[in-house]
Amino acid sequence: MDTALNELKEIVIDALGSSVLDSQLANDELSIVINRDDVPRVLKYLRDDVNCQFKLLLDICGVDYPEREERFDVVYNLLSLVHNRRIRVKTRTAGDPVPSATEIFSTAGWFERECWDMYGVPFLGNPDLRRILTDYGFEGHPLRKDFPLSGFVEIRYDDEKKRVVYEPTKLTQDFRSFDFLSPWDGQEPLLPGDEKAEGEGA
Amino acid sequence: MGVEPKTPQVPAMEQDVLMSQVNDDNMNERGFVVANIDKVVNFARTSSLWPMTFGLACCAVEMIHAYMPRYDLDRFGVVPRPSPRQSDVIIVAGTLTNKMAPAFRKVYDQMSEPRWVISMGSCANGGGYYHYSYAVVRGCDRVVPVDVYVPGCPPTAEALVYGVLQLQKKIKRTGTLFR
Repeated sequence: MDTALNELKEIVIDALGSSVLDSQLANDELSIVINRDDVPRVLKYLRDDVNCQFKLLLDICGVDYPEREERFDVVYNLLSLVHNRRIRVKTRTAGDPVPSATEIFSTAGWFERECWDMYGVPFLGNPDLRRILTDYGFEGHPLRKDFPLSGFVEIRYDDEKKRVVYEPTKLTQDFRSFDFLSPWDGQEPLLPGDEKAEGEGA
Repeated sequence: MGVEPKTPQVPAMEQDVLMSQVNDDNMNERGFVVANIDKVVNFARTSSLWPMTFGLACCAVEMIHAYMPRYDLDRFGVVPRPSPRQSDVIIVAGTLTNKMAPAFRKVYDQMSEPRWVISMGSCANGGGYYHYSYAVVRGCDRVVPVDVYVPGCPPTAEALVYGVLQLQKKIKRTGTLFR
């Protein structure tokens, strides 16, 4: 195990106390789960503390677990160039507003917009929480697990109206999931000669 | 040693004699005038097919390869233009998304007639890899009329050059001055 990361974990837990609900150190990656309302405090600490110095917010992303009561995870990926170290900060929400990180990391603005666009997680305090990726006037949040793959509307040019119109999605051919044995997941990838490496002689 | 400046030999007199014989009565028999103009016009159109720069995704990289010195679409008179007002053909190179579709149609509408469309790659042809996506137009022929479909994902630069040549063939076959 990475002792430096272990130390960092202890330091962070000591400093943040009850804000940290859980922490994992797996595959040389440290991630902590924190209280939703403490997001700005935790991020500010991780940015400014001399032992942390996570000055870069690389990404904010969402995760949807439909079976959970608080179904969304919001994940903050941080990088410290000074210590060459990374940390993953997670928090949970059922769709209640998460405090915005724009005051601490100015880059958080667009990340939060993306998270809002894709998952419908609102961020309290973001000065410009519009959709960022999907079409103007788009309805729904496409990365939620209950959003249908092909969406609700499709586009066509109407020659009479002389403009592009939206219509309910009509697929001429239904989506198919191919479940025949593929050479990638249906069989052991044993190439000629591999048995020498994996047999008793190895 | 000087070279004698040649006076250009204009066959104007001969032409005048020929043209003076053409009148309303024998016009149909001497219809060669119209046919030749069509050919001249088609020659001009096919040898200066200026495409609108419209790279949407990875296909754009192959399109760029086709413009670059190895394949050099320049030698067919295919010079990318930054303005729809100056272009004759639009190469839809990549995935056409719902958000892009109105803008794409607007660019197409701004092109002056006669205009053509080359649909490049699986995504532009019929949605391709993203056919079932909520955000992608299932083929750019839902938005504009397409003349040539170039298959591939992405098509090679060669394939696009072949597509351009096919479009030239199509224009030579069907193009007329008056429509």
